[in-house]
Amino acid sequence: MDATLIWTAVFVISSFGLYIGIAIWARAASTDEFYVAGHHVPPVFNGMATAADWMSAASFLSMAGIVAFAGYDGSVYLMGWTGGYVLLALLLAPYLRKFGKFTVPDFVGDRYYSQAARIVAVICALFVSFTYIAGQMRGVGIAFANFLHVPVEIGVIVGAIIVLFYAALGGMRGITYTQVAQYCVLIFAFMVPAIFLSLQITGTPIPQLGFIGNAQDGTPLLMSLDRTLTDLGFQPYTEGVKSKLDVFAITLALMVGTAGLPHVIIRFFTVPRASDARRSAGWALVFIAILYTTAPAVAVFARSNFIDTVNESTYAADMPAEDRPADATPAWFYNWEETGLLGFTDHNGDGRIQYRADPETNEVTTLDRDIFVLANPEIGNLPAWVIGLVVAGGLAAALSTAAGLLMVISSAVSHDLCKKVLMPGMSEMRELLIARSAAVGAVIVAIFAGIYPPGFVAAVVAFAFGLAAASFFPAIFLGIFWKRMNKEGAIAGMLTGLLVTGAYIVHFKIGFSAVVIGVVALVLAAASGILYYGTRKQGDATTVPLYIAIALTLISALGLTGILPDLPTGSDEDWFLGISPEGFGSVGMLLSLAVSIVVALARRAPPQEVQDMVEEIRLPSPTSPAE
Amino acid sequence: MSKDSDKDREAARRAYWRENLTLMGILLAIWFTVSFGFGILLRDWLDRFSIGGAPLGFWFAQQGAIYVFVVLIFVYAARMTRIERKYRFDGE
Repeated sequence: MDATLIWTAVFVISSFGLYIGIAIWARAASTDEFYVAGHHVPPVFNGMATAADWMSAASFLSMAGIVAFAGYDGSVYLMGWTGGYVLLALLLAPYLRKFGKFTVPDFVGDRYYSQAARIVAVICALFVSFTYIAGQMRGVGIAFANFLHVPVEIGVIVGAIIVLFYAALGGMRGITYTQVAQYCVLIFAFMVPAIFLSLQITGTPIPQLGFIGNAQDGTPLLMSLDRTLTDLGFQPYTEGVKSKLDVFAITLALMVGTAGLPHVIIRFFTVPRASDARRSAGWALVFIAILYTTAPAVAVFARSNFIDTVNESTYAADMPAEDRPADATPAWFYNWEETGLLGFTDHNGDGRIQYRADPETNEVTTLDRDIFVLANPEIGNLPAWVIGLVVAGGLAAALSTAAGLLMVISSAVSHDLCKKVLMPGMSEMRELLIARSAAVGAVIVAIFAGIYPPGFVAAVVAFAFGLAAASFFPAIFLGIFWKRMNKEGAIAGMLTGLLVTGAYIVHFKIGFSAVVIGVVALVLAAASGILYYGTRKQGDATTVPLYIAIALTLISALGLTGILPDLPTGSDEDWFLGISPEGFGSVGMLLSLAVSIVVALARRAPPQEVQDMVEEIRLPSPTSPAE
Repeated sequence: MSKDSDKDREAARRAYWRENLTLMGILLAIWFTVSFGFGILLRDWLDRFSIGGAPLGFWFAQQGAIYVFVVLIFVYAARMTRIERKYRFDGE
């Protein structure tokens, strides 16, 4: 294990050194460079940076494991997290790039000629990004704790300081080029073990071919896995348990959510022209697809291999390696038992491991889904340096995503909130300073979220994608493709999507206990307060948000002091049409679209100059056609 | 700028946008068919066929749809470049 530790330290420290070096080389001097890397990033590099930005610790470590356990049902993630790029390339990216500003709330605020719409967009962006970044920091901490044997807290803090260093110093320019480096590290770290595993199990070095190939005994791999799983009492791998409608809804919510996530959208602001945004989305998907088509193959190999080598093997942890019988459980099993990610309980006392679906007879009592990626190098008998590489890859995936989210938070606070709402007319230097301070503030919050993870981490994915799908996507899409869309429609649509989707997810995932009601009310009260303060000098100012804020503060006080009753968490049988919280974003999106259109038609069309602006962003270049 | 060239410009604008929307419609139809169609709604039927050792519907859900997505974006980027050149919106 010592060689592994040394290699891990070498890879982690040298990759961190590389990121810091790039950050110093690419530091930003102006807001233009800080927010959008001066619009100078070549499409292929932007594609690579987008891929790293997009693929989080969860994509790198957990996805293959999730698919390995879920089989066909895991397809929702594979299609959902790639199909969104088609929507992005066709419907959003080129037009948002043509619009040519810095952030998503910029677009919403200008297109809907309204501070209120801008503030609603800022609140959505902050909400989505904060829920997402908490999970990333936790991933960093766990990687440190498991592999470098340092406490989770130290790991979180070290990771956060590294991200802060290059995000605050380099802004978007620094982040872009570190993400390019991080992509290279993570894809290499993912592919090396996958290729060896594929060779070992199917005899072909290309995992995508191994996926449809034959096992060593000549039968198709998937068929023999189906048969084995059925024999052990599991669901066949190629069949799922989710209903068709739910699979449809989750896939749609993840696709639309991907296209609506602010940290993905802002990456397309960094390329020179609208046509580059299209190409860049294509490259991003190429780089993502390399990992996303390999992951299901790794899933099949890992699940098959696990059953072949572990099930019915003789547990021999106490014997010296050379005395172990031929059918002994492989050595990696004992190593991973120590980390607590694997556990064996000999229920029937026969000294062998029985892996079964039935919890009564199943003896693999702990089986963490992340094990399938983490243990791959050992399963494939690869040298110690490969393990170090995988750890560095996992950290690269978590840090690159965290940096992208940090960028959204920092620009939302400095540019959208301070510059555009609270202190218009501040200098560029001042804005840069606030942007950097906002990044520091966000990192401190992220450190706390990583050390004391809130209980809702499991719900984070459903939240982030559901809310992005139901709030941003309809507002941006209609803003580009329907000139008649006005601010009343956009605000009503975003709020409907946000509140309905949020309430559904909280009800079924966390439950509205008194404390949860209190916290939610407090957040909404703060949001209403900012809304009132930011719009109070506008022509159409109203005091409604102020009254709402006061009412919500009262509710929050009642909730936090425990005076309100705890409402029970919803049970799965009560799902709307059998659609899970993960998939509800697609219902929220349809509802948001419907509300937007109805409200927009009921109110006045937007002013002529806004309609002209929409005409303008639909054209690819600023120049008119030659006479 | 004369009135005629204004009109020409407006006509080019409209034609350009129409071609863009048509292309988009076709590509999004393919996007929907390979993922929601082949991978989800029609998968039981498609699973009667197989590609290598994998049932076809299952393969589309875990591999095929992703390959098609990549092709769709590059086809869109290439076709749009042609359309932009045709209407001389490419800024060159």
